[in-house]
Amino acid sequence: MSDVNITIIDREGEAHTIEAPTDMAMNIMEVVRAYELAPEGTIGICGGMAMCASCQCYVLSEHDLPEMQDDEDAMLAEAFYVKDNSRLGCQIPVTPEMDGLKIELAPES
Amino acid sequence: MIKTDILIIGAGPTGLFTVFEAGLLKLRCHLIDALPQPGGQCSEIYPKKPIYDIPAYPEILAGDLTEKLLEQGKQFEPGFTLGERAETIEKQEDGMFIVTTNKGTKHQAPVVAIAGGLGSFEPRKPLIHNITDFEDKGVEYIIKNPEIYRNKKVVIAGGGDSALDWCIFLSDVASEVTLIHRRNEFRGHLDSVEKVQELKNKGKINLITPAEVIGIVGDTSVKAIVVNQAQHIEKEFEVECDHFIPLFGLSPKLGPIANWGLEIEKNAIKVNNALDYQTNIPGIFAIGDVNTYPGKLKLILCGFHEATIMCQAAYQIINPGKKYVMKYTTVSGVNGFDGTRKEAPKAVVKKIE
Repeated sequence: MSDVNITIIDREGEAHTIEAPTDMAMNIMEVVRAYELAPEGTIGICGGMAMCASCQCYVLSEHDLPEMQDDEDAMLAEAFYVKDNSRLGCQIPVTPEMDGLKIELAPES
Repeated sequence: MIKTDILIIGAGPTGLFTVFEAGLLKLRCHLIDALPQPGGQCSEIYPKKPIYDIPAYPEILAGDLTEKLLEQGKQFEPGFTLGERAETIEKQEDGMFIVTTNKGTKHQAPVVAIAGGLGSFEPRKPLIHNITDFEDKGVEYIIKNPEIYRNKKVVIAGGGDSALDWCIFLSDVASEVTLIHRRNEFRGHLDSVEKVQELKNKGKINLITPAEVIGIVGDTSVKAIVVNQAQHIEKEFEVECDHFIPLFGLSPKLGPIANWGLEIEKNAIKVNNALDYQTNIPGIFAIGDVNTYPGKLKLILCGFHEATIMCQAAYQIINPGKKYVMKYTTVSGVNGFDGTRKEAPKAVVKKIE
């Protein structure tokens, strides 16, 4: 098994360090849902198409993440509470290089 | 008062397929949806995206799925109350439910099927501290009647299709149209982007990018908006206008349904999945993404199944004690309420000599 540890700060400010599988084609948004770190219906509304920004998160660690594609960039241009380190969780697949990643969920909007 | 057999709340794929299944049982349906068009998420969020797990469709665009479902159910003449949100429900002594929308439209039915997906779509409001003070006083999140903008100065904010499309439309109606977006790039359809470019070149649309509206100025109504533009050097300035229309998409909220006395778990309505997808209130069912039960999967195809099972239970409520056996459409054909009939062609019997 190749699990990685990821720290996710939920919308209430609580940090959760969880094990995320790297062999299930999961992304950060799906990991958050799998561990129920945000209420159902408040994250991953579009299902992971980079079309709703409900999975926006702030990347707090210095990991090399996959480069942002145009659709993610465009969606973030219309989202609220966007910062320089904003990403859409659904566009970040969980990979072995991600061990120790730390992210914070952006507020619901 | 609109009267029907099954009142469906939500005109997404599950609600639309219910029309067909109910029609086979000679039950009429009426659908309420907060969006101005049927299709739910499929038409609002991702009409141009493909879906690969609709049985027998290796690939179908979400918008096309909506079209096909409407076509499949049209002979059962469903009624629609669109652009209105189901607000309250009351059960009368005779067992009938009365559902009233936010605009006061009343609907009466013996069975209510909530097929509300993730909830009703509400506009996403930009984080401007005084924006709520100006709602309906010059700030509109949804354009309902474009005529109110005739010969007015209008500012639209946003970078998607609706922002672009309304800019194009209003450039012929309003006296002045200004489009403000946080980026120089827009993610709308290419032809919309090109059209806005053309109108900008002709001076029919003012474009302010990359910029953001950060405040609203006015006493009783919008007089101007405050813009922060970050090109080269950051600067703040006011743009005079009569209307400010922020178009940042819609996000679903369970909304008033949450106060109907239904058992809610994880933002979804608990149902009896062993039997008929009925909620804790007899006569009210919940089907599709809006419901939850052990092992629930939020898939369109599961919504279709739930709708089909639910219709059988609705039939029993509406026709108590009446005998019925399920028939294959291939055998029975499809008899529309509009007088049409679809049926399998009869086999040709011919002697071989």
